[in-house]
Formats: sequence, structure tokens, C-alpha cells
Amino acid sequence: MSIGILLQIAQTLAAILLAPLLMGWVNQCRAWLQGRSAPPLMQPYRVLKKLFHKDVAIAHNASPLFRFAPYMIFSCMALAAGIVPTIANDLAFSPAADVIALVGVFALARIFQALAAMDIGTAFGSLGARREMLVSFLAEPALLMVVFTASLISQSTELPIIVETLAHREFAIYPSMAFAAVAFWMISTAENARIPVDNPTTHLELTMIHEAMILEYSARHLALIEWAVALKLFTYSALGIALFVPWGIAPRGDLAALPLAVLALLAKMIAGGATLSLLEATAAKLRLFRVPEFLGTAFLLGVLGMLIHFLLEV
Amino acid sequence: MEIYWVLGIPLTGGLFLALWGSRRNAPEINALFSFLTLIAAAVLTARIIDQGPMVVGGEGWFFIDSFNVFLVTLTAFVSLTTALFSRPYMRIEKEHGRLNDKRLRLYHSSYQVFIGMMVLALTTNNMGILWVSMEGATLATVLLVSLYRTPASLEAAWKYFILCGVGIAQALFGTILLYFAAEKVLGSGGTALLWTHLNGVKEQLEPTVLQLAFVFLLVGYGTKVGLAPLHNWLPDAHAEGPTPVSAVLSGLLLNVALYAVMRSKVLVDGALGNDMAGNLMMGFGLLSVVVAAFLIKRQTDVKRMFAYSSIEHMGLITFAFGMGGPVASFAGLLHMTMHSLTKSAIFFAVGHATQKAGTQVMDGIRGLIKTNPTIGWGLMLGTVAILGVPPFGVFASEFLIITTAMHEHPWATPFLLLALGVAFAAIFGKVQPMVFGETELPRLPHMPALAPVFVHLGLVLMLGLFIPPYLAMWYRQAAALLGG
Amino acid sequence: MSLTYHLQVINLLAALLLLISFAMLSQRRIVGLITLFAWQGAALSTSTALVAWSTNQHHLYYSAGLTLALKVIAMPWFFYRLVKKLDVDHDVEPMINIPTTMLIGIVLVIFAFNLALPISQMSGTVMRSTLGIAMACVLLAFLMMITRSKAIPQVIGFMAMENGLFFAATSATYGMPLVVEMGVALDVMVALFVLGIMSFQIRESFDSMDLKHMEKLKEL
Repeated sequence: MSIGILLQIAQTLAAILLAPLLMGWVNQCRAWLQGRSAPPLMQPYRVLKKLFHKDVAIAHNASPLFRFAPYMIFSCMALAAGIVPTIANDLAFSPAADVIALVGVFALARIFQALAAMDIGTAFGSLGARREMLVSFLAEPALLMVVFTASLISQSTELPIIVETLAHREFAIYPSMAFAAVAFWMISTAENARIPVDNPTTHLELTMIHEAMILEYSARHLALIEWAVALKLFTYSALGIALFVPWGIAPRGDLAALPLAVLALLAKMIAGGATLSLLEATAAKLRLFRVPEFLGTAFLLGVLGMLIHFLLEV
Repeated sequence: MEIYWVLGIPLTGGLFLALWGSRRNAPEINALFSFLTLIAAAVLTARIIDQGPMVVGGEGWFFIDSFNVFLVTLTAFVSLTTALFSRPYMRIEKEHGRLNDKRLRLYHSSYQVFIGMMVLALTTNNMGILWVSMEGATLATVLLVSLYRTPASLEAAWKYFILCGVGIAQALFGTILLYFAAEKVLGSGGTALLWTHLNGVKEQLEPTVLQLAFVFLLVGYGTKVGLAPLHNWLPDAHAEGPTPVSAVLSGLLLNVALYAVMRSKVLVDGALGNDMAGNLMMGFGLLSVVVAAFLIKRQTDVKRMFAYSSIEHMGLITFAFGMGGPVASFAGLLHMTMHSLTKSAIFFAVGHATQKAGTQVMDGIRGLIKTNPTIGWGLMLGTVAILGVPPFGVFASEFLIITTAMHEHPWATPFLLLALGVAFAAIFGKVQPMVFGETELPRLPHMPALAPVFVHLGLVLMLGLFIPPYLAMWYRQAAALLGG
Repeated sequence: MSLTYHLQVINLLAALLLLISFAMLSQRRIVGLITLFAWQGAALSTSTALVAWSTNQHHLYYSAGLTLALKVIAMPWFFYRLVKKLDVDHDVEPMINIPTTMLIGIVLVIFAFNLALPISQMSGTVMRSTLGIAMACVLLAFLMMITRSKAIPQVIGFMAMENGLFFAATSATYGMPLVVEMGVALDVMVALFVLGIMSFQIRESFDSMDLKHMEKLKEL
């Protein structure tokens, strides 16, 4: 049990510390693909450091919620990053690592984000909040469909058991997971405010979603939110890894597999980040009106995955 | 051996006319090939009457019995008369500038290929090849429907292609299911789709699969028969294509499609041992009769009107075959013959009438009896014949169908009588002023070549008064094959 | 899972086939549609070849080769040329909006799976469970034909339907007898030829490939 607690702490800390690195890697890859000279890998850390050293400026009419929200968002993301199995399956929080709960944790963070955005009462904040709600309202059921496909295969909604089933039993190809994987990619672009749904680098009022919500934040609050964004990307990558390429995650009670698991995780994250930036570089940003269609497609693919499971794999 | 002649002549003709079809005497060559086909078909028929059904070629690629040899002869005969009719008709179209040599070459070549494909569909023993040749027959006629290249004709051809393509895709799925059931009994390989083999083991075929297969086959081939509600392509294709094409589509292609349905029905009946297939056919048939009769009323275009009349009659034949039994099947076969002969005769007459009037709209055609008595009488007699007035043969077959229906399925009789009554009133009411109405136009100088019309109508009249004993026996044999 | 690996790959390809069918349903550009069609043909051909290899049904190699030649190489090439010549590659809005189409598609898939279930249980082939996917592909292609108003997408829908039927034949009975398959392929080729001619004719007389202009002939 104590090993479980140790592993849990190690994994959560690793996630929190490594998340900006993944962000830096994705940004670097994207810059290469776009033919620009890339920012250094450590750039996100420098930004965070800079932000933490600044003084906070807050609007006069801000409520306590506005100050509280960044901490809430950050802790939600840290919790999420903690319960998704990244290197080991044998964690202290394992019993809590339920995919439905995970979706709930994301939703909680999102609600605080949207409330804080509307708190000041600027036009951009509420515009961003509304758009965010539209996107998440469509993305969440789709994400549930994807995880249900995986749960149907493993007969459980608990992530460690899903990973156990997919990675450590006899190898099998699940056609349904192909559908789920495509759907998952579509959802994660929406949830992480990436192209083609949102553009993390734009501040153009017509198109921005996530950036519109955090315009009023500064200094350490902004740093926490940026960090949480990086953590969310990391968590989604970890979730994707756990669902679709779980090989390498150390099984229960096998400490010897840990070093290999860390290496596997690094390799997968590097590959995953590169793929993400490649997809982003080749895709074009969708008009906002096309987003519901995009996410509707993701939802349908999730449903199709489940149907395929019943047809081919039962 | 004759079978290869029957198949080879039209296909050779198609090739020959594709290469040398722009010669001045192409229409005569076309007619010549059709004539040779008819001779070969006649020899084949004589042989079948003499020796009974036969299976020829390889593992039994072709199968000829009384049912299909009768349709082969009918096809060859109508194709010959249509070729004779199209000779002067197409020449006048060319003089009017609606066609040129290149399109005529396409027309003649496709015409022969189309006949060849229909004969192949009729004589093949393989249910898969039956599908292939049905699709081939469709493809051969798509470009014929759009021969005039007018927007309306292109639309009709597109609709014809897409709707029939989709329909026939259903039939392919039905064929796949049939093969699926057959494979279990006969083993895989080319012989499992041979109709004669299937017919031998039909009791062992899996009933659920065949049931589903028949639904797909009926919907698929039924689209080509023009059964409601899948009939949308038919009036367009008939109205917009050249008249000889309308004549062969109506007189022949619909029959061949129905033949495909019948071949499937025999197998399904054997496997299921109930009336499911027959009931489905009766339902579709009755619906087509009623729908077509009421749509006839609203038509203003003469060719469209007679196209709907074709739907009505095909519905009636489908209904008759659906009832089953020796009398109904006999009546269905007789009606098939009568309809082919009469409807193509009507299209010949209508073709000349519209050509002279320069329009297909019925209000624009008036007083044919004055401007050209031959066309006028041809159209009037043809109409009277198709409406089932005695002593024409259509009366005999309709009478048989309705009395059988009264006897076995009394509930259907009112619908049939009502529909036939409506169709009668509508068609007669519209054709009468075309023939006898007042007109200012002078009498036309030249005589049309309408010999085919009167030959057809003469045959219909003769069969109405007297069916030669050997012909009656032949029909009875065919009816027995259909599950009499 | 007790299935062998090549069978699993076949199942995966079947799922891919369905995925491509949906992608075609949601594709607005004609060129994209053609590319997807080519991919569908490739998946079909690969799975047929795999079935041939794993069950020793040699005639299926011919079918796979035929599919590769026709559906992956000849037809897409032909369509690309047609699109280029007729200059019709724009975004095309289908007649029913895409999310609705997709929803109808899902309903069709469920229907097809249910319809195929009793048949596939009777079948003796190793890949019988994919029959439902084949039927779903047929129905989806049908749906695509209904929702498109342009000539070329309709034709592609028609050919995709043929793909589905072909896959159905392979999954239910290891394909039709060779002579029938040859005949079908011949028909498809002739159909393509006829359609090529017709596309030009339509273009000539309507000055557009939009079949919405074709609404003159109708009842009522």
C-alpha cells in the first residue's frame, strides 16, 4: 500500500512538472513544421517563472470567485493527471480512477473557468464562456462514448482495469477502438483548445474561445491557468495513451517494469506531441458554426465504435 | 446449337453496326440482323416444341424451356417489327434535324446489343449472369433514352440509369443471398447459381435466407418491371426516348425483368412452401394497377400516358403470376404476349402521329382520321385493343385474370375493376379527340409505313378469336413450369 | 478473443470500410470524395486478398486484383480527370445538412446490423460477422446518393454501393462465382463509360453538373 502512495505522489509530481515540457515540445514541433525558428524547449517554464514574479492586477468589481478559480482549476487538473495511469497501474487513487469521474473532474474545472470569465462582466469573457460551454456541451457526451467503448471491452469503467485488459491480456485488435481513437482525437482538439476547433495562439476576437476567457487574468493567476492548460494536454495525452497504446505501463505489483514504463511514456509523449503538431499543421481552423458538426461527428464515431464492438467483438 | 445463333446474331450485329453503322443502309442491316435473330429463334422454338426443355453449353450455361423460348420468340419478333418501323421513322427524324449519322450509328448498335442482352437474360441458366445481362440491357438503353440530347431526355436518361442502377443493386444483393443459401446445399463454385441445379434442390434451401433474398430480388427486378412505387423512371424514359426505344422498352424489357422475378419465385416457392412470394407479387401488382390507372388521368403527353398504361398492364401480369395456378399463369403469359404486341403497335402509331404533329402533347394532336387515316385507325384500333375491348386478345387475357381473381381472391376484384374502368375512361377520353377531333390541317401527302402496326394488331385480334392448339399447349406447358 | 490475427485485421479493415463510408457521407468536396473512394477500394481489395490468403480461396485473389485495378486505380483516375475537365471541384452543400445525414446514417447502421444478424449466424465463413458492416456500407452509399444533387457524387455513391455489395458477397460466401464477378466488373466498367459520356452531355446542355436543374420531369 505504501508503494502505491509513493507511486501516486511520484506520478502526480512528474505530471505537474513535465506538463509544460510537453507543451514546449508541441510548440517546438509546430514551429518546425511551419518553417519558423522554434522557441526553446524550456520556454513554457520561463513564461511561468516570469508570471509568478509579477504583481497581480485585478479588476475592481472582481468577486472572490475570480481569485479562487485558478487554484480550483489547477487542482482539478492535477487530480486528473494523478488518476490517469501513466507509468504504473498500482496507484493509491486507483479505486477512484473511474473514467466517468474523470470526465466530471474536467467538467468541474470548466465550470469554474466559465464562471470566472463571466465574473468581471466584460464582453470578451462572457463571449468566451458561452463558446466554451457550447463546445464542451458537445464534446463531453462524445468523450463518454469513447470511454464507454473501452469500458465495454474491459467490462469496467475503471481506468486501471481498462489498461490491464488492453495491455496485459492476450493481444487483440479491436476495430471499435479505431473509431474511438479518431473520435478521441477530435474531442481532444476541442477540449484542449487546439486547431481545428480553437487556436491557442490567436487573440482575434472572432475566433478565440479559450483565450477570451482568460484575458482578465494576470501574474500568478495566469500562470496557474497556463500551467493547468499544459496539465490538461498532458492528461489527455496520458488518457489517449492509456486507452489506445497502453503497452508499457507497469502492471500491478511489478516494480521492475517501472524504468521501462518511464522510458515508454517518454517515447510515447514525444511521438504523441509530434503527431498532434503534425495534425495541427495540416488542418485548417474551422469556422465556429462548423464546430458542432465536427463534434457531432466525433459523437457518432463513438457510437459507431460501440456498435462495431457489439457486431464484431462479442 | 441454335441458342448460340440466337445470342450471336444480335451481338455480332451490335459490333458490326458500331463499326460500319454510319453507312446509308444501316437501318436495313439492323432489320436484317433482327430478321436473322427471329429465324434462329423460330428454329430454336421448333426444336424445344419437338424435344422438350434442354440444357446446353459447358456445365449447363444455358437452359431453354417452354417459358423462356416463348419469350425469346416474342422478343425476336417485336425487335424485327420495331426495326422495320424505325427505318422510315428515324429517317424522318434525321430530316427534321433531331438526329445525325453519329447518333444513328449509336442507336443501331445499341439496339442490337440491347436485344442480345435480353436474349442472354432469357436463356442463361445462371442467376448471376441473369443479373449481369439485365444490367447490360439497362446500360445499352441509357444512351438511347438520351439520344436527342435535349435537357429533358438527359434528365430522363439519368433518372433511368440511377434508379434502375440502385434497383438492380438490390437484385444483386438478392442474388448474393441466393448464392449464400445455394452454397450450403450445392457447394461453392460456378454451378451453385445454375437455375436447373437450384430447382432440383429448392426444398432444401434455407427458407429465411430465401425469403429475404426474394424481397431484394423482387424490389430489384421489380424496379425494372416498373412496379409501383418504384416506377418513377419508366414514364420519363418512355416519353423522352425515341419512339422505337419506347416500343422495345415497353414491349420487351419489362417482360424480361418480370421473367427474372418469375425464375426467382419458382425457387422461393419451393423452398418456403407457402404463398409469401405470390402474395408479395400480388400486392405490388395490384398497387401498380391502381396507381397507374389514376395517374393516367392526369397525363397530357401521349407517350407518358401509354407508359403509365404499361405500368398498369405489367401490374396486372404480376398480379396474375402472383395468384399462381394454371389458369392465372396461363392468363399472365397470354397477357404478356398481348401487351407486348399491342403496346409496341400503339407506340408505332403514336410515333408517327407525334412526328407529324411535331408535339407529344395530346392537345396539339387532333383529327388524325382526317389528316392521315392510316395513323388514325392504327392508333384507334390499338387503343381499343389495349383497353380490353373484345374481340381483341387483351380482352381474353384480362377476362381470365379477373375471373380467376374473383374466384380465388374476391377482395382484389373491386380494385382491379375500378382501376381498369378508370384507365379505360381516361385513355379513351383522351385518344378519341386525337383521332376524331376537328382539325384545320390538310391531309398529309405521303403514306406512313405502318405495316408493323397492323401486323401486330392482326395477331392480337387473331389470338383473341382463336388460339391455335399447339400455341395453347405451349402456353399450358409454360404455365405448368411456373408452378401450375 | 479467440480470433486469429489475420481475421482481426480483416475485421479492422471492415471497420475501416464503414469509417470511410461515413467520411464520404460528410465530405463536401468532390476531390476529397474521390480520394476516399479510392481508399475504400484499397481497404476492400486488401481485405479480400487477406481472406483469400487465410482461407485458400484462390479465386478471391482475382477479385482482389480486379478491385485494385478498377476501384483503386482506374476509377479514381477517371473521376479526377472528369472533375478536372469539367472544372466542378467546389464545396458542395448536400441537400440535407451533414449532422442530420450522419444521424440517419447511424440509424441505418443499426438497422443493417440487425438485419444481417440472423443471416450471419447461418453463414460458415470466418468473416461472417462483417456482413452487417457490408450491408451498412450499402445503405450508407444509398443515403449518399439520395442526399447529393450533383452528378459525380451520385455516381461515386453508386460505385461505393457496389463496393458494399462486393464486400457482402465476400463476407457471406467468399465471393460469387468467378464468371459472375467478371460479368459484374464488366458491367461496372460499361456503366462508368456510359456515365462519363453522360456527364459531358449534361454539362453541355445544362451548363452545370447540378442535377437540381433536372426537375422538369415529374408528376404532380
